[in-house]
Amino acid sequence: MISYIVRAILIGVPMLYGATGEIITEKSGHLNLGIPGIMYVGAIGGVTGAFIYENSCGNNIDNMNPFLAVCIPLLCSILGSILMGLIYSFFTVTLRANQNVTGLALTTFGIGLGNFLGGSLIKLIESDMPSISLGKTSSFFCTKLPFADDLGWFGELFLSFDFLTYLSIIIAIIASIVLSKTRVGLNLRAVGENPATADAAGINVTKYKYVATCIGSAIAGLGGLQYVMAYATGSWSNDAFGDRGWMAIALVIFALWKPHLAIFGAFLFGALFNANTYAKGLGVETQELFKMLPYVVTIIVLVFTSMRKKREHQPPASLGLSYFREER
Amino acid sequence: MSKEKTARHGFEAPFHLAKRDDLKWWQAWLIRIAAIVVALLVVGVISMLLTKESFFKIYETMYRGAFGRLEKGSTVMLWIFLQRTAILLGLSLAVTPAFKMKFWNCGAEGQALAGGLASMICMIELGDKLPYPVLLLVILVSSMAAGALWGVIPAIFKAQYNTNETLFTLMMNYVATQIVKYYLYLEGGGSNKINPVSTGNLPIIADNEYLLNVIIVLVITVLMYVYLNYSKQGYEINVVGESRNTARYIGINIKKVIIRTMIISGAVCGVVGMLLVAGTDHSIDTNTVGGQGFTAIMVSWLGQFNPFVMVIMSALVIFLNMGSGKVTEACGLNSSFADIAVGIVILFVVGCEFFIRYSVKFRHSKKEVKA
Repeated sequence: MISYIVRAILIGVPMLYGATGEIITEKSGHLNLGIPGIMYVGAIGGVTGAFIYENSCGNNIDNMNPFLAVCIPLLCSILGSILMGLIYSFFTVTLRANQNVTGLALTTFGIGLGNFLGGSLIKLIESDMPSISLGKTSSFFCTKLPFADDLGWFGELFLSFDFLTYLSIIIAIIASIVLSKTRVGLNLRAVGENPATADAAGINVTKYKYVATCIGSAIAGLGGLQYVMAYATGSWSNDAFGDRGWMAIALVIFALWKPHLAIFGAFLFGALFNANTYAKGLGVETQELFKMLPYVVTIIVLVFTSMRKKREHQPPASLGLSYFREER
Repeated sequence: MSKEKTARHGFEAPFHLAKRDDLKWWQAWLIRIAAIVVALLVVGVISMLLTKESFFKIYETMYRGAFGRLEKGSTVMLWIFLQRTAILLGLSLAVTPAFKMKFWNCGAEGQALAGGLASMICMIELGDKLPYPVLLLVILVSSMAAGALWGVIPAIFKAQYNTNETLFTLMMNYVATQIVKYYLYLEGGGSNKINPVSTGNLPIIADNEYLLNVIIVLVITVLMYVYLNYSKQGYEINVVGESRNTARYIGINIKKVIIRTMIISGAVCGVVGMLLVAGTDHSIDTNTVGGQGFTAIMVSWLGQFNPFVMVIMSALVIFLNMGSGKVTEACGLNSSFADIAVGIVILFVVGCEFFIRYSVKFRHSKKEVKA
């Protein structure tokens, strides 16, 4: 049971990162469907950074500096995803291109880039397996908190995770507080609800949109990094990340655009994602039906929130629309 | 003329933007074609840097990848090219009516898969029980119904409660994928796949297994053009897309239009699913549609919702896909390079719309900058 929950949390964390990033972006009025691609780029950025560092240390774990081993992949990952965020915001904010099309093109591009770099690295090491193993870097990422092994189920449930998992929860809580309690958050929500009004109030709409999209992308990219380094213990194989990016976008609705609710949503999604492996008595074909659960639950939540029409549960009013000041 | 950036921060931008609607259609197309050419050059330069091949060699390889050795009379590659273009075009046509009324149908993938699954079930279950013409009819009707069902569920909720259709249709894709997986285990047992079925295949005309698919999609193209531009329903779609308030004012039943349009959109997706399953693969798996449902959204947008322009755009996307696939194969690159190429080209074309809709005007000079 404990190991099931631990597994659910580990699966949920990339989605939580993606959802937190997407919430911040959507609050500025931009539906970024490029998130799946951005998460791929975040993941491959980290993999590339770790790969280069591991090789420069002669593949010897004793030569590796723990601080650098964590920071280099982290920086590469964030840099990659911010670049993707910049592309997205340049097209949708400055060029006012259609957000859905730009996002989907970015997803195609990002997944292609991830698989391309991944495939090239695999070819570079001439491995027999179609994957890259970065176990050494991963071991630095997965350093457990002290006492984790001594405290039984409590230690396993609360202290045994990698630092990116704790970071995801911290980021989600901070994002929640910033969005609902600070002036910056208020301005950002104003931009997403009605950019013309925000503009009239003296808020720099373009700046808010750019910054929100880039921060959102950076956070989403960390989700990809956590998947590779913690969940997959440092092994990258093409397309293994799967459709978690789309799940992250679904989670945004599930959490009603509130990052702190996304924490629980992510763990629930992780549990649902994993539910089939614990329903062994049911046979493989029924297990496949079980894998439908996260999507069906999302649809139900989507329908219910739109039926109840509570104001605080709605998406930002100008979500998906680009803003041109001269337009009425 | 107002300004894009005011002097609010004591800073005056050297240029400002103005909306324009005075562009002639051929000027707009000139910009789009220029964007495509630039994008193709960028793709060429990137592949040149990666492969260290000469510039023209890259394009020659791309051409080979898409069309094969035409001059030697081999049309195998050409037909694969036409088949793939037809499938992408069919899906793009399917999402277009929905897009025109600003209903973001991101579910072409799932709708086509549902249609394909319906044909598969008919082929397996009814294959030897019905006479061939009746069987074909049953396959057609059931796949259209399955696609329409997959499309109409989000539409009903959109019409009734204004539920976000982008995410609803996205989720429906994965539900369809899982149902197909379930069926694969059910029918294929542990092997998780279905061997090609020989009953209920679409007829082969003129000894060419792809010709019928291409013809059917061309017929759909013409029908869709007429439907969108010359029918009352097409007009209603247009009005709902342009302005809901206007539609309400002139007495259009918006809910009815949304639901009806999505039934059509889903049904056409279902037909494409049938072409894939009964007309091409004679089997099904979760990758049968292979992400083309998403590419179709972009093609429909790139084609400006004009079915005939979409023919060119889907051909371009497939050309790039197969062409850069060949480049990667010939030069030992990873095959995902094709996705990168398609992504770049689409971003360029989407980006160039900016120069069609807005003009950039520099300060201190009266001359308009040609975009």
